[in-house]
Amino acid sequence: MSFSDGASKSSSKSSTKPTYSRFTQQELPACKPILTPALVMATFIVIGITFIPIGLSHLSASENVVELVDQYDEVCIPADSPDPDVVYSKRIGYIQDETTDKTCIRTLIVPKKMKQPIFVYYQLDQFYQNHRRYVKSRNDEQYRDPSASAKTTNCEPEAQLSEGQPIVPCGLIAWSLFNDTYTLSRNDVALPINKKGIAWESDRTHKFGDNVYSKNFQNRSLIGGGKLIDNIPLNQQEDLLVWMRTAALPNFRKLYGRIETDLEVNEIIKVVIQNNYNTYSFNGKKKLVISTTTWIGGKNDFLGMVYIIVGGVCLLIALVFITVYLIKPRPLGDPSYLSWNKNPASVQ
Amino acid sequence: MKRYVYINDENLAKDIYCDNRISNRKYTIWNFLPKNLWEQFSRFMNQYFLLIACLQLWSLITPVNPASTWGPLIFIFAVSASKEAWDDYNRYLLDKKANEKEVWIVRQGIRKLIQAQDICIGNIVWLRENDEVPCDLVLLGTADPQGFCYVETAALDGETDLKTRSIPSACMGIDGVIECPSPDKDIRRFDANMRLFPPFLDNDVFPLTIKNTLLQSCYLRNTEWACGVAVYTVEDFYHVCVEMIRGICGIGNQTKLGMCRGIPEPKLTAVDAMIDKLTGAIFVFQIVVVIVLGIAGNVWKDTEGRKLWYVRYPKEGPWYELLVIPLRFELLCSIMIPISIKVSLDLVKSLYAKFIDWDDQMVDPETGIRSNATNTAISEDLGQVEYILTDKTGTLTENKMIFKRCCISGRFYGNESGDALTDAQLLNDVSTGSADVIKFLKVMAICNTVIPVRSKSGTISYKALSQDEEALVCAASRLRMIFENKNGNILDIKFNASPLRYEVLDTLEFTSDRKRMSVVVRDCQSGEIFLLSKGADETILPLTYTGQQVRTFAEAVEQYAQMGLRTLCLAWRKLDEGEYQEWASMFKEANSTLVDREWRVAEVCQRLEHDLEILGVAAIEDRLQEGVPETIETLRKAGINFWMLTGDKMNTAIQIALSCNFVSPEPKGQLLIIDGKTEDEVCRSLERVLLTTRITESEPKDVAFVVDGWALEIALKHYRKAFTELAILSRTAICCRVTPSQKAQLVELLKLCDYRTLAIGDGGNDVRMIQQADIGVGISGREGLQAARAADYSIGSVSGTSLFNSVSLMAYNVFYTSVPVLVSVLDKDLSERTAIVVFVITIHSYAFEKSEMEEVAMVALSGCIWLQAFVVALETNSFTILQHLAIWGNLLGFYVINWIVSAIPASGMYTIMFRLCKQPSYWVTMILIVATGMGPVLALKYLRYTYRSSKINILQQAERLGGPILSLGIIEPQSRSPLDKDLAPLSITQPKNRTSVYEPLLSESPSATRRSIGPAQRFDYFQSQSPLASTYTRKDN
Repeated sequence: MSFSDGASKSSSKSSTKPTYSRFTQQELPACKPILTPALVMATFIVIGITFIPIGLSHLSASENVVELVDQYDEVCIPADSPDPDVVYSKRIGYIQDETTDKTCIRTLIVPKKMKQPIFVYYQLDQFYQNHRRYVKSRNDEQYRDPSASAKTTNCEPEAQLSEGQPIVPCGLIAWSLFNDTYTLSRNDVALPINKKGIAWESDRTHKFGDNVYSKNFQNRSLIGGGKLIDNIPLNQQEDLLVWMRTAALPNFRKLYGRIETDLEVNEIIKVVIQNNYNTYSFNGKKKLVISTTTWIGGKNDFLGMVYIIVGGVCLLIALVFITVYLIKPRPLGDPSYLSWNKNPASVQ
Repeated sequence: MKRYVYINDENLAKDIYCDNRISNRKYTIWNFLPKNLWEQFSRFMNQYFLLIACLQLWSLITPVNPASTWGPLIFIFAVSASKEAWDDYNRYLLDKKANEKEVWIVRQGIRKLIQAQDICIGNIVWLRENDEVPCDLVLLGTADPQGFCYVETAALDGETDLKTRSIPSACMGIDGVIECPSPDKDIRRFDANMRLFPPFLDNDVFPLTIKNTLLQSCYLRNTEWACGVAVYTVEDFYHVCVEMIRGICGIGNQTKLGMCRGIPEPKLTAVDAMIDKLTGAIFVFQIVVVIVLGIAGNVWKDTEGRKLWYVRYPKEGPWYELLVIPLRFELLCSIMIPISIKVSLDLVKSLYAKFIDWDDQMVDPETGIRSNATNTAISEDLGQVEYILTDKTGTLTENKMIFKRCCISGRFYGNESGDALTDAQLLNDVSTGSADVIKFLKVMAICNTVIPVRSKSGTISYKALSQDEEALVCAASRLRMIFENKNGNILDIKFNASPLRYEVLDTLEFTSDRKRMSVVVRDCQSGEIFLLSKGADETILPLTYTGQQVRTFAEAVEQYAQMGLRTLCLAWRKLDEGEYQEWASMFKEANSTLVDREWRVAEVCQRLEHDLEILGVAAIEDRLQEGVPETIETLRKAGINFWMLTGDKMNTAIQIALSCNFVSPEPKGQLLIIDGKTEDEVCRSLERVLLTTRITESEPKDVAFVVDGWALEIALKHYRKAFTELAILSRTAICCRVTPSQKAQLVELLKLCDYRTLAIGDGGNDVRMIQQADIGVGISGREGLQAARAADYSIGSVSGTSLFNSVSLMAYNVFYTSVPVLVSVLDKDLSERTAIVVFVITIHSYAFEKSEMEEVAMVALSGCIWLQAFVVALETNSFTILQHLAIWGNLLGFYVINWIVSAIPASGMYTIMFRLCKQPSYWVTMILIVATGMGPVLALKYLRYTYRSSKINILQQAERLGGPILSLGIIEPQSRSPLDKDLAPLSITQPKNRTSVYEPLLSESPSATRRSIGPAQRFDYFQSQSPLASTYTRKDN
């Protein structure tokens, strides 16, 4: 019966007049900015003027960061063969052999005075912590809750022993824990590295439980990376916590520890490295990084450079616009530019 | 296929024709879910989203939580399903109410009360005054001794006049059979026969026409009671089956009303079509990407991936291993087609439609009818119209006919005063009783189907279907020939206080093919029989008796047409009794044919309409709507092409066209006429016109072509290609003498050339055109609601404010409000390019020790959100409080939500947002992302804006600079759509002031961009900062 309905609607329409509002009548106050030359040029000039100082301060902050980088994967392994395939297999044989002593000694020279706190990082290149299989292979509930130790969902293939006992902490990330160690000394005096408080506060308090202990970890025939100490709760083994904050990019640095004394210029630092971790299978690099920080964090010239470039380009654009505007001014809103007005037929 | 309805015999009827239960429901409780889902999934986009959602259930490949797709998908489906369900429930309630309404039926002479749904075919239904007719009935008896009753058919055809219905002439019996055609939807035809069972009158077959029926949902008026036999009921099982097999429809409503309710073809807008195309293209692109990346991924996995010992690829994967990577890429790519696009589009469109409904400026002040957007899906197309096809009567003109001049037997009346009714000569002739004048007046008063209704105070008003007839009858009564009463077939007329009485014997009805109508009347005093005819000159003038000079009349017609008046020729002839009787039986026979009745009747009518004596020519003025010339002028300046399609004479059409600025007068304009009676003539004329048009294209000349229905028919049939070219070249066209189907054909022609068309009309003859056009606008005016019902938009009748004002306003509003949405819909390329910026900056600024996954993800996401806010802000043309809320609120909301999530220890994001917000480098990165992302965009946009302006930019600039685009530009800075404000005072306070404030119908479609300015303004106005007062003065002249 919608016909009669329709008819009655039309007759009642006049009575059901909607209440007036500025919204329904589309009369809301509006401002309609248009791109006038002045506005656009001013915008570009302002961007240019503000960006260049920001970029400069960034660069100088980055410049103040003292950074020592030492790539040790190549030098800490014996390989003396012209054939790369032979080198490759030899290296793998070396790193997978548990019995050999993998100690490696490196000396570093401090280029500039480094004020404490000084951060010690390890840097891995070509390590895909962001790989899908890898990044999903964890179970946060198991790490947090001691009663949930049997929960190993998502942890495959590092979930359970063959007899069915769960591995704590389960998953590929924990299993591949980085296990190179560095011992620093200065003038034959040990330089202590503080490894407390290198993990996130929230990870220690919430993400990992303080009474969760590792169980059956690295107990299978295939051993991935570092081992854990079974009688220390997970949240105190901060290397694990740092490692389990997976990196988004294949080249990443992770905090190893902190040096809480200043280092002077030209001081020689001896580093004893236990080169345990296998990056040779996938031709990854390992680096030891000792660095100070400023307000921008570690050394990073990128932001500063881009700020300066963007600021410069903006000024340039503004300049070009001004020149063009001066050479060839063009009135805004001139209706004679309307195409149908160009048609002589309708020009009056 | 015929059906036989046995009156009052239930046993026969029961098996085949079922009860009268109305069911407009699309679903039942049981089939709702499957049917609705099936319907929704018949759309490609929905299928695509379902596929993606299903893939996401496979945890091995899904990159995100399946809820992120399932949620929106289920939401979309739930919204549209519940809308459907709600509509269906309301239909059910309406049905129930109608089904359970109690009606009287007569059975074996006893009145019984039954529910409407139990009416069977063959039942005799008894109705009282003001009852609604429950199903299609054939009248058997009424309270009126003459067998007449009146019905109001407003619900059926929108016509508010009362229509007479009569019982078949010899129907007093109770048993009989009615032979009627199978149900169809023509509400103006019912060709059936009735045979009564106790055969008296020699087993005569009585013809039944629509005049003998009461159709469902009409109301019985002015009649105490009526009864009829049910011939078509609602639920007609037999026919449902037949029709299902034919695949015509699934709903079993067989009454005329039910059949009428066709399902109009859904209309796709340009944006919809574009999105559909884009979706398809993106899908193909996606497949290519997925295949390429999938192969690359698998290769990498097998060479490099296996070396990553910490990933521990299994040595032997399952059989589907190769598929995993491509499918993952597919899921990652699935965001290329955002699921939200359809939802936001639909929401926004219905909002536009609501805006149109709400708009106070589009209320007809006289009748208070609001505009109504029936089709909510096509609002944005209003801004992209390139061709407007308009009906003349009732659209350009007011359809208030006024008798202005006449020419009676060679004398012209009304030429001096401009109004025949005040012409002293005519009044004098009337009072002296000049025979020709009296005959003329009699034809004016009698030859019609008008019903006089005497109100309680004694004044007579006329209810007429045709405005022309009403004008004639009113004029006749002003000239003392007063049509007083119609009692069945008896007409009472008073001339100079002396009563005259005529009996109408037959009515030879008006059809658009015949273009004339006649009545056969008997003078009750003298018993003489006359044929009175009126009609278009070309159908009446050839029918004169040999010897009559028609030249004066032809000249009169010509002269009146030049003035833009509608002309009607009035003629009569005295009939012999014998000739009439002979003809009457033929007429009766023709009227009772079931096949091709209309044609047969027309043929028979022609046998009587000859040797007429022309009495005179009446000229009727059809006044132009307020503001029409200015509107057309401005719309044309805005680059919209205008076509006028009318049934009027060529001369009348041209005159109207000239007077409403449709074409410019010589020497600026040039009219090219395509005519000819034969194919060759038309062909030659068409080629000539085409040639001229091509030549003049570059000249400053307005070229319009004029074509009449006959030539159009030939052109469309044989020279379609040439005609199409002409249609594209020519900005203006006048098509006269066209039929409704030709109107629709023209629309189709333009649509085939990929133009956006808008059709406006008010009458039933415009319905097809309106349905065919991309956008149909119906005016609920004086010609009934038919057009409005078929249209996508209906507006109240248009006196007071100009119709075109409303339309342009509509388009304007829609366009302005649509910009932000279009931005959000169309900024695809932008976001993809800037996403790279975000990515590069993020990974570099968050390198090394800071590259923790959650943090980097959050930085990148914030970067996107920031950029998006600024991009949208840059693309938004007008900021109201809503836009500010949407853009900056979105940004703020992002932070609020993330802070909340970061405060939940169990979430993976715990503390992330707080950590980031504390880092200076986070904010530095954000600023950099915004600057780097926006800088080039801004520069490019500025360059384009200033040096390669699109039309829309110029218009914005002009508007911003306070140009007089808005004739009252001063209000502009604060008003969102300034026109609304401008119009308000004008239309209310100065109804006679022909000020039309036309608004820019802005659009970026290739040729559809337009600018509108006030009528008398010239373009130099644009630059001048004209103050309010000067604008006013200029416009008033």
